[in-house]
Amino acid sequence: MVSVSMTVNGRTVSGQCEDRTLLVQFIRENLGLTGTHVGCDTSQCGACVVHVDGKAVKSCTMLAAQADGSEVLTIEGLASGGELHPVQAAFRANHGLQCGFCTPGMIMSAVDMINRHGGKLDEKTVRAELEGNICRCTGYHNIVKAILDAASTMGDGTRVAAQ
Amino acid sequence: MGMEGIGARVARKEDKRFITGKGRYTDDMVAPGMKHAHFVRSPHAHARIRGIDSAAAEKMPGVIAVLAGDELAADAIGSLICGWMIHSKDGSPMNMGDWRPLAQTKVRYVGDAVAIVVADTKAQARDAAEAVEVDYDVLPAVTGSIDALKDGAPQIHDNAPGNLIYDWEIGDGAATDAAIASAAHVTEMKIINNRLVPNPMEPRAALGVYDEGEDHYTLWTTSQNPHVARLVMSAFYNVAPENKLRVIAPDVGGGFGSKIYIYPEEIVCLWASKKTGVPVKWNCDRTEAFLTDAHGRDHVSTVKMAFDASNRIIGLKVDTIANLGAYMSLFSSAVPTYLYATLLSGQYAIPAIHANVRTVYTNTVPVDAYRGAGRPEATYLLERVMETAARELGVSPAELRKTNFIREFPHQTPVIMCYDAGDYEASLNAAMAVSDYAGFAARKAEAQSRGKRRGIGMSCYIEACGIAPSAAVGSLGAGVGLWESAEVRVNAVGTIEVLTGSHSHGQGHETTFAQLVAERFGVGIDTVSIVHGDTDKVQMGMGTYGSRSGAVGMSAVVKALDKVEAKARKIAAHLMEADESDIVIENGELKVAGTDKSVPWFQMALAAYTAHNLPAGMEPGLKEGAFFDPANFTFPAGCYICEVEVDPETGKTEIIQFVASDDFGKIINPMIVEGQVHGGVAQGIGQAMLEAAHYDPETGQLLTASYMDYTMPRADDLPSFQVSTTETACPSNPLGIKGCGEAGAIGSPPALINAITDAIGNNDLTMPATAERVWAALRSAR
Ligand code: FES
Ligand code: FES
Repeated sequence: MVSVSMTVNGRTVSGQCEDRTLLVQFIRENLGLTGTHVGCDTSQCGACVVHVDGKAVKSCTMLAAQADGSEVLTIEGLASGGELHPVQAAFRANHGLQCGFCTPGMIMSAVDMINRHGGKLDEKTVRAELEGNICRCTGYHNIVKAILDAASTMGDGTRVAAQ
Repeated sequence: MGMEGIGARVARKEDKRFITGKGRYTDDMVAPGMKHAHFVRSPHAHARIRGIDSAAAEKMPGVIAVLAGDELAADAIGSLICGWMIHSKDGSPMNMGDWRPLAQTKVRYVGDAVAIVVADTKAQARDAAEAVEVDYDVLPAVTGSIDALKDGAPQIHDNAPGNLIYDWEIGDGAATDAAIASAAHVTEMKIINNRLVPNPMEPRAALGVYDEGEDHYTLWTTSQNPHVARLVMSAFYNVAPENKLRVIAPDVGGGFGSKIYIYPEEIVCLWASKKTGVPVKWNCDRTEAFLTDAHGRDHVSTVKMAFDASNRIIGLKVDTIANLGAYMSLFSSAVPTYLYATLLSGQYAIPAIHANVRTVYTNTVPVDAYRGAGRPEATYLLERVMETAARELGVSPAELRKTNFIREFPHQTPVIMCYDAGDYEASLNAAMAVSDYAGFAARKAEAQSRGKRRGIGMSCYIEACGIAPSAAVGSLGAGVGLWESAEVRVNAVGTIEVLTGSHSHGQGHETTFAQLVAERFGVGIDTVSIVHGDTDKVQMGMGTYGSRSGAVGMSAVVKALDKVEAKARKIAAHLMEADESDIVIENGELKVAGTDKSVPWFQMALAAYTAHNLPAGMEPGLKEGAFFDPANFTFPAGCYICEVEVDPETGKTEIIQFVASDDFGKIINPMIVEGQVHGGVAQGIGQAMLEAAHYDPETGQLLTASYMDYTMPRADDLPSFQVSTTETACPSNPLGIKGCGEAGAIGSPPALINAITDAIGNNDLTMPATAERVWAALRSAR
């Protein structure tokens, strides 16, 4: 067993877990934050994407122990003060989700993508950057639209860091 | 239409929880004292079980129990069933092999469940499962349907000689043969429909909770139809009587057919919860999902299409072999028969059709309905043959289709279906206009100048949805009726709950069903809640598949709304001392036409519950239920056009444009309908270009059992789609809805393959058209 402690969505949390516990398990099972999902066992689907120290990370690819001392942002921490993050709002406005299972990972990847590219995103870039996120419902059409919409709303220089 | 009524592009009510991480899926559920399960599964495709030794596993840390098939049988838990009886053409019933939830004597596919381990944590259950020793006597295996029918093939079930499940036919064989003999031209093809893995992003999961005090069971499960699950588990699997079994399907992360069926794991988790005295949760990992979720398609067919001298189709003969896997899944028998061969007339007037279908057992996971179920197989076969015939006859693909379109309705086909309404040429013309079909030659020449090969292909599909009239499906062998139920509860303050037997796993029912109420009463959709997915709340329902939620589920809501409206009018008329026929309902008020008298909706509702001043003899309250059984299937149809560019150096295909023109009848929310088409088309493109389940023919191992090996369509594989609709109303339900859930997956594969074969000048191409296959086909065409 290891003890880990980290900041998740702005709150300091700590807990005991088996050495082999993945970050996603720690988030879901120890912290009860079930918005982060598990869709595969080979780090391909992106349902588990969270931000660790400001970068998008597949939380199934990292041990909880490796995140010790880190700042983690999950989908539950993205909206602030009851106000949706522009990417969340854009997913809803553009019907960028159906069953919602891929959605938390998609949104966390999209926020990271917009943070890196600012308002300069185009469709080709968005599609290439979404390579690590699988959606079976939407055919990506409206996800791409939502991300481009959010990017233009947020514009250049809008960075959302882990709180 | 109002701002939130029928036809409005309303953003979804359910989105808020999903975009904020507050969705509640089965694996998110926690029951007090809950423990975790892992299944011991066969590593062999075909083997006898000599013995199971769980002594070592039972001693592992955290292990509560290791339970195997003998104990399950001792508790009289039943075998899994197929719920649709098909008879062979000689009159004999289909050969249904025994499918135990935990195999006792024999395993028949890699992944067949043998035992369940329950432990404190998931990891401990998995570790202990590794330590369960199963002594297997490995037998030869067969995975392909053609091989399974050969003499000397391994025999999978004792009661299915030669692995044949049934040998069924439909249509008039003699008339079809005569048409072919007299034809001016016959187009012949061999068509393979590749085997697919549905892959909803949420893996299956189950949480079984046994309450000893009440002798009651609760199951949380990833199901498209929780009521059907309860019915089947109660009536056939002997888990518990219906009144002692509650099934809840909370948020479900996609289904596409694969979550219709009742699988061994749900049954075993419920049973294990009673055995161990603790709630038992199982969550599937992705490789386990590849190994155990019902697969789709897997047909091999030969087809002959006969034309007269004026290019009219005079006969169609089809022979199909369908692989149903190791056991017959819940609706597996219906897919290659009544959901497939009954659609072989397509959009065309064909006087004579004959289809013969053989289904076979193989040592692979069971095959059942996957988005479209039978209709994609029929459409792919027909639309490839049509395009091929046009090339052979030297006429344009559009002209050949127009020559043969059905133009008068109702139209009785020779294969059971009676099409009620449609305008196929309208869809074709719309798709050709959007795709600038006329300008293709110039685009092709331009591509040629860059050394690229351009191709264009079309597909005109029809499907039968809104399944289905109960008496009709009953006469064809279905074990259930396919109606739907609804209940509308108006609360004392005027807010409304709609209970439905339909189940939403991405379709947006919480929004679209509320739009029906907004349309009817002029109330905001925020005052309407949709309740579904819980057998304790909704009395009965048949669930969501076959694009039936709109045509059947919403129709039941409309019937219940009719009853609520009738009573509301009576109450309002009484309150305002007016004539009932003068009451109009709009903008959340009940008004007396031509006067300024009105009562707000909530006041009428309150009056119903205070019951201080109701018409004489009227019961208090405002709550009505209804069942709707459709009069016919619905027949969505449309035309898809795909344009591709192939790089002759690499065989890589780029989709330049994909145009969909669909007739779904009346549309409740165009935004959601477009989303359904996008998703369906993506799955169809996946089938045509990327996806295939491959079993090793010798060992029966699934070689494509992860996202490293099975190519899921990703954002950079796909273009943005151009979708639009035309409309002919469906006469068999009150809303005129046809359904839109499957069309994309049905219509798109032939459009894409027709485009690629056009580009490369070689018609000999099998799905998925990977770069390697396209490159090889290009080279052999030179
Ligand atoms: S669960 Fe992490 S990538 Fe699939
Ligand atoms: S919305 Fe269902 S997987 Fe993306």
